[in-house]
Amino acid sequence: MGGLNKNSDSDWIKHRYIGAGLCIVFIFGVLFLRLVYLQMIHGEEYRRLSTTNCVRLKSIKSSRGLIYDRNHNLLVDNRPAFDLVIVLEDAKPLKQTLERLAEMTGDSYEDLMATIKKAGRAAFYKPLVLKRDITRDLLAVIEAHQFDLPGIHINVEPTRNYIHKKTAAHLIGYLGEINKEELASGKFPNVRSGDSIGRYGVEKSFEADLQGKRGGHQVEVDVNGRVIKILKTVEPVSGKDLVLTMDLSLQQKAEGLLGENDGAVVALDPSNGDVLVMASSPSFDQNDFIGGISTEKWQALRDDPGRPMNNKAIQAEYPPASTYKTITALAGLEENVIDRNATFFCPGFYRFGNRRYHCWNRYGHGHLSVVDAIAQSCDVFFYQTGEKIGVDALARYAHGSGLGRLTGIRLAHERPGLIPTSAWKKKRFKERWQAGETLSISIGQGFNLVTPLQMAVFISAVGNNGTLYRPRLVKSVQDAKGQLIREIEPDITGGLPASQKNLAIVRQGLLEVVHGNRGTARRIRLPGIQIAGKTGTAQVFSRKAGEKFDNKKLRRTLQDHAWFVCYAPAQNPRIAIAVIIEHGEHGSSAAAPVAKELIHAYLGDPEVPTAVVKQDQAHVE
Amino acid sequence: MFDRRLVSNFDWGFLLVIFFICILGLTILYSAVTAEYAGTALHPLFKKQVVWLAVGFVVMMGCLVIDFKEFAKLHFLIYAACVGLLVATWLVGHTGGGSQRWLVLGPVRIQTSELMKISLIISLASVYADSISPEGLGFRHLIKPAILCIIPFGLIFIQPDLGTGLLLLVIAGCLTIFVKVEKKVLFILCGAGFFLVPMVWFFGLKAYQKDRILTFLNPERDPLGAGYHIIQSKIAIGSGMLTGKGFLQGTQNALNFLPEKHTDFILSVLAEEWGLVGCAVLLALYFLLLFWGVNISYNCRNMFGSLLAMGITIMIFWQIFINVGMVIGLMPVVGVPLPLVSYGGSSVVTNMVGFGILLNISMRKFNTA
Repeated sequence: MGGLNKNSDSDWIKHRYIGAGLCIVFIFGVLFLRLVYLQMIHGEEYRRLSTTNCVRLKSIKSSRGLIYDRNHNLLVDNRPAFDLVIVLEDAKPLKQTLERLAEMTGDSYEDLMATIKKAGRAAFYKPLVLKRDITRDLLAVIEAHQFDLPGIHINVEPTRNYIHKKTAAHLIGYLGEINKEELASGKFPNVRSGDSIGRYGVEKSFEADLQGKRGGHQVEVDVNGRVIKILKTVEPVSGKDLVLTMDLSLQQKAEGLLGENDGAVVALDPSNGDVLVMASSPSFDQNDFIGGISTEKWQALRDDPGRPMNNKAIQAEYPPASTYKTITALAGLEENVIDRNATFFCPGFYRFGNRRYHCWNRYGHGHLSVVDAIAQSCDVFFYQTGEKIGVDALARYAHGSGLGRLTGIRLAHERPGLIPTSAWKKKRFKERWQAGETLSISIGQGFNLVTPLQMAVFISAVGNNGTLYRPRLVKSVQDAKGQLIREIEPDITGGLPASQKNLAIVRQGLLEVVHGNRGTARRIRLPGIQIAGKTGTAQVFSRKAGEKFDNKKLRRTLQDHAWFVCYAPAQNPRIAIAVIIEHGEHGSSAAAPVAKELIHAYLGDPEVPTAVVKQDQAHVE
Repeated sequence: MFDRRLVSNFDWGFLLVIFFICILGLTILYSAVTAEYAGTALHPLFKKQVVWLAVGFVVMMGCLVIDFKEFAKLHFLIYAACVGLLVATWLVGHTGGGSQRWLVLGPVRIQTSELMKISLIISLASVYADSISPEGLGFRHLIKPAILCIIPFGLIFIQPDLGTGLLLLVIAGCLTIFVKVEKKVLFILCGAGFFLVPMVWFFGLKAYQKDRILTFLNPERDPLGAGYHIIQSKIAIGSGMLTGKGFLQGTQNALNFLPEKHTDFILSVLAEEWGLVGCAVLLALYFLLLFWGVNISYNCRNMFGSLLAMGITIMIFWQIFINVGMVIGLMPVVGVPLPLVSYGGSSVVTNMVGFGILLNISMRKFNTA
């Protein structure tokens, strides 16, 4: 090695060593003096503190944020839960105490002992929870026998309380205990082992707002564990409250209307994307998840063929059926395949190649324009329109209308649905797209899959002149005193790929679905409120061409799904709704009446019927 | 090949000091782990530590075989290998406590940042041996060392293990200052620091980051977390008074009030059971160890050897200072183990490698070629 040869040691190097030595002496001096300060000068004091082990931490729980509906009706709050805890050091003799306790709680001595054994070492210096959330009766018994149960205490723990059982369970969600991986991930700095975090629904998506921050006291206690002095305090920070966009009474109405049926209802405010209703049936009781759901209950939920744990509004994908004709009509008008006045003839079927594609009306609709075709849901009209548009152009419009992609609602597990293209089929099945398949696609059958939420977003965009909104679940976040912290602004995700002129044509068709002479949903008319909508009947399994079934004789699980999507009032809509009833058979008879009831409930009875309505009714009569 | 002078020059005294520290360390560890241990046999952690110390001695002896001057030739290779291990840790490392610090090789988990410390010291010593001069280092001399430091610092920082990363920089900084930096350069660097720190503080950091740093510097700000550990540690230490409560008699120790008492907070167990006297003995042994290290550095006729010995001594010094300072409430709470006393394989082996290199330098001090 080159450099300086140390033989030529000079004074400057010697000085550096002296400097280094002095640094060590100085630092060791400081450390030693500090030890003298702690052990000699304050030694007595610390010895006193140590003999009783008297500095302890007492945790102060923070409460999780509350959840309100849009009208500030309380949906979720916190209630005290009484946990039975044991301090092993004080619970002597242990066997006798536990036996007495077992008698009162109805558990066996072995079970209680097993809980203690499981906790291991940690149990010796920390209170250990024996039973969570005991009943008030048991609480009274234990309080009365406090003196026979040394070392047994009651801990009050704030616990989630879902006030309206089963209401909007999928939307609100539930909590679950945090696991080791999540704790280690560092994403939950304020959460400790044993605490709960949001697992589903808004409880999960808005965890960061709802979660409070635990506080605590550093206290000095006496030999009996009584607090003598509070040394330091960190105040807990409460979680923030959420105001949902959901309307409790409308949600309950929707759930009532769904009743025993499997299905979903989504209602949006077309002017801002507010989710007024998100109902999925069957539902579940979120209160069952508090303190950990029991295995039996979980298995029952998991194995229920109605899939109660699925939020069908965003997780279930259905063929859109005839509701999709709205897209086909828009695409046809935009692509100039059809116009306002073009008519097609429907003899009850459409011959394509050597195959006949039937219209649902075997007797045929005769000559129809696009408005008539929407109103009467003529398949033949849309077979021909779709054939001229082509599968890929049609998919472009569907995609532009928000189908086949996530709506961006702030809920986990949303499904994107599926809008097929020729490229997709090639990739998926290694097969060419068949022209005949385009016909099925045009009337919303075939590979098409949509979620009820996507249809609600789409139909509300048709109603509001073309604006697609991201569905908004939470209006605002506020503090415990009700002071606004932040408002969540409506979020525009795009616009329908259609001109105002063509949208107006389609809207006329949707209006005539309800208010036209031959409209498929003419039975749901409400006095004084114009409704524009589209029915749909989604085949659950495909029938061979020309084959006829008596649907009433089919097994219920093979019966068709009933769709209805709509908005009202037709001019300046205030509510847009998508309803699906699984195996409900016909959109017009099963789904449309649900929407009608909801519109009536939300808009009420208009005081002065408008001139347009009178004219329209006259026309109908 | 084998030079008899190597044996006659072997530094038995230094080995003896290390041996005493190990014995004292094991005694304290025995207290720390046995207090509420129900088994009758030795505690498994205690047995493991004995094995680690034995492994450490073997590794230390291994470090004597190669002439330390070979390290200078190989320094870049060693450096590159250690950086490679850090990258591997980043890619496939074992996550513990929220950060990836461990590389699992068969039954052994390696804390790669520990190895990096020694490797960086070797590289810096080799670079500075060429550039050292009475005038001090200029800016152009500092470019290479700066690059050598910033790469491992970055890799440790993203684990994330800010404490170890900063320790690496502090060791490198101290060695650089020992080598001597031009006054002008020193002033400019200090000036830049005075300018940059407030800039970063006021414009670069978010409120929660500032809060975290303030708590790091002053644990009392967090009375339910680090602050609570510090107060328990202070109670344990203070209650030891002059002569302590006696072997296995510590009450704070027994009741598990102390966090990490067998690793980072082990000094509080010594202080509680053996009092100021016990602490003074341990500090005296450490003091002796460090002075021996400085002496080895001073007496070595080879500049690389001198700087290497100094670098290792600085490394040991900072570990002692940070750990003891933390436990007695003078320094921030950083997970730095107490050399040869805290439980932990990586720390034991790294320190033994360091001592091995010191012994190596010491026995070849006359060999300037």
